[in-house]
Amino acid sequence: MAIKLDKVDVVVVGTGWSGGIVSAELAKAGYKVVGLERGKEKSVNDYLGSKDELRFTQRYDMMQDLSKETITSRSEMDEEAQPVRTQGEMMVGNDVGGGSAHWAGCTFRNNPFDFEVYSKTVEKYGEDKIPEGMTLQDWGITYDEFEKYYDRFEKTAGTSGEDDPLAPPRSNPYPNPPLKSSPAINLFKEAAENLGYHPYMIPAGNMSEAYENPDGEKLSQCQFCSFCSHYGCDFGAKSDPVVTVIPTAQKTGNYELRPHSYARRVVHNGEKATGVIYVDMKTGLEYEQPADVVVLGGFTFTNTRLLLLSEIGKPYNPETREGVIGRNFVGQFNNTFLGVRGFFNDKKFNMYGGAGALGATLRDFTVEHIDIEGKNFLHGGHPEIRQYGLGPIQSLAVPSDTPSWGAEFKNNSVKYANSMLHVWFVPGVMPWWHNYTSLDPTYKDAFGDPLLRITNKLTDQDINIAKYGIEVTKKIMEEMGADIIDEDEVPEKFDHIYSGGHYAGGVAMGADPETSAVNNYLQMWDMENLFVTGGSAFPHFSDYHPTGTIGALAYRAAEGVEEYLKKGGLLAEKKTKTHKMA
Amino acid sequence: MKNAGIFTGGIVGGSILGGILSNPFLKEESESSQPAVESAEDFQEARIFFDRFEDFVILRAAVERIYPEDDNGPGAVALGVPYFIDKQLAGSWGTNAKEYMQNPFKVNGDSEDVMRYETPLNRGQIIIEGLRKIDAVSEEQFGENFVNIDGEQQDEILQSFDNGEVELTGVSSQQFFSILRKMTIEGAFADPLYGGNKNMDGWRMVEYPGPRPGFIDIIEEEEFIKMDPLGLKDYQQS
Repeated sequence: MAIKLDKVDVVVVGTGWSGGIVSAELAKAGYKVVGLERGKEKSVNDYLGSKDELRFTQRYDMMQDLSKETITSRSEMDEEAQPVRTQGEMMVGNDVGGGSAHWAGCTFRNNPFDFEVYSKTVEKYGEDKIPEGMTLQDWGITYDEFEKYYDRFEKTAGTSGEDDPLAPPRSNPYPNPPLKSSPAINLFKEAAENLGYHPYMIPAGNMSEAYENPDGEKLSQCQFCSFCSHYGCDFGAKSDPVVTVIPTAQKTGNYELRPHSYARRVVHNGEKATGVIYVDMKTGLEYEQPADVVVLGGFTFTNTRLLLLSEIGKPYNPETREGVIGRNFVGQFNNTFLGVRGFFNDKKFNMYGGAGALGATLRDFTVEHIDIEGKNFLHGGHPEIRQYGLGPIQSLAVPSDTPSWGAEFKNNSVKYANSMLHVWFVPGVMPWWHNYTSLDPTYKDAFGDPLLRITNKLTDQDINIAKYGIEVTKKIMEEMGADIIDEDEVPEKFDHIYSGGHYAGGVAMGADPETSAVNNYLQMWDMENLFVTGGSAFPHFSDYHPTGTIGALAYRAAEGVEEYLKKGGLLAEKKTKTHKMA
Repeated sequence: MKNAGIFTGGIVGGSILGGILSNPFLKEESESSQPAVESAEDFQEARIFFDRFEDFVILRAAVERIYPEDDNGPGAVALGVPYFIDKQLAGSWGTNAKEYMQNPFKVNGDSEDVMRYETPLNRGQIIIEGLRKIDAVSEEQFGENFVNIDGEQQDEILQSFDNGEVELTGVSSQQFFSILRKMTIEGAFADPLYGGNKNMDGWRMVEYPGPRPGFIDIIEEEEFIKMDPLGLKDYQQS
């Protein structure tokens, strides 16, 4: 029997950008907020002296302990799913800050096209271009309506960026100038310009200058130490909830952060959520935290699984293609970051230095600028070069005709240790009726609750756009002058590796309750005092990294919660069957 | 190639966080060499995972073939890789402490997805299983223990494991080999605090400078900058 605690205004599950932003905004507005985090507390002091490639990149120190909970995965609906057992196959953040602490820092906006992806695709190419079974749908909000939330997030996160001629309109410039470039990145930019493209520096959560955000949180200037992605920044130079929105929330005196608190259920009476049941992982005791509003601001998997376990919303049924919880699962998997590796015989780059989002890209192939008429895929993508800064274990790249061990391997790995550049292509990922999440019938977590089960397979769309992307990157690498160019292999089958951290959907947003779980305020259609925000709300994956949009969604959700606390009721109008479902 | 002397990988511009980072990092390069701890490190070269010396001997021979000594520099044994692996297998990595190890398993061969981890064996058990099989295969094919056959014969056996051609219990030989290879590379290039990458000679080979406060002073440099490496010990202790 759970111990019932005193009611608060809002209980928030999660302390990454999603949970952290909502908590900070509501605490600032004077509401009493409790934040539940399954992992431990974190401060910059935890990151000091953590520049250890083995511990963080190879042993996943900041990632979820899978012995307690993981996911299961399969490709076909008639298969038994197998657990994703090791951290090498499954990268999900843990502890205060969540995935927003170990992120690299890329802070992109979606294309305006993405928010109206169904309508725009039909408008541009006709309805017949959308294949049967692709559950493409609009987000229920337009870029113009959403722009101010991007702007707000970029200011909180101190995004370092530069304008480019093909970018959608912005209400304000980036709060920080772009990061310094490097010879490797310059080589990419020059090659792209020679080919007539429009390269620009990737918008980065790594500070190009010392910065104070609108909440008064201070960030240091990035020193390009290279310990960024998979690490917490020991210099306070990467925007991370641990150095921004969490302290912002705490300073108000209205926010209570409870680490080691593993949420198990949203409690509800069928009409409204009444609180969250969680286990204190230090004592094993179970608590119920009542609240007027419940916010799920956890990772995609957590948000979806909590709704399914709590029996809230209609679970998606692929047989009938009805229901919404678990629908439109999409991810940027291994087939998403494919491109070419260029080996240079006479050039060496200082690749040991870098920053998570240090790099360049271009919009010439993104959904708004590419013409897919006559092509065998939908949407678009962006090629990018990154200089994360390579640790010595990760840097051992050899040309594909070199064996993977032994004398020749050693010799070539030493030869090319500082002479390999990778350019890859990030395509949009389209949703399909057969890719979804549900509860696993066999495997359980540490408390005996079913694991989340993912059913996902690659389609011709995924394979064709990956092949196209490799051609794009190859052309750039040739222009860059690499001596050996290896093309990445395009897998024909899904490998069940969830290593990139970019999984979305399952609690999609939209205007139509038949195909979306939340409205454009991230408010559940079926339970008006429950808000679910994060990557889980994406109805499809844009051809950009997700964090900028996740941060912006959280500001939108915070506005929605505040509005709801003042007025109550559904905040957006239902628009049923605005378009024919594929 | 530029001389390292003037570049230290130090901080530029100062930290807004003020006192959090004292600044031990800007000390002279020459202070970083560490012969003083050599003898202390030697005490750590004893086994805590491998019960049988015979298993450890096979490990030593195998990792040296995977990452051999050559003109570039030391091989796996001289870099301390066998003791690195011993320590890793004795800890949470070897016992799969943070992995999902609940039944039921679709053990080796039942699944098409060769590289998915689908065995009740933890990494320590897989390594023991594989090393003993290496010796068994060597006896069968060459009538000698693995350590007594020549290098090319050793490579031939290791290649058959890498190809997934050898039958092991509970796991594919390819999976065993992939863990062994991964740990060999890690042992050669992880921070020396873990017992491998002895004297940071792995890093020297690939001209890796080790953890530093930052490279803001060289990020725009056209030329490659080589620095004498520093370890986490230098970085953490102020």
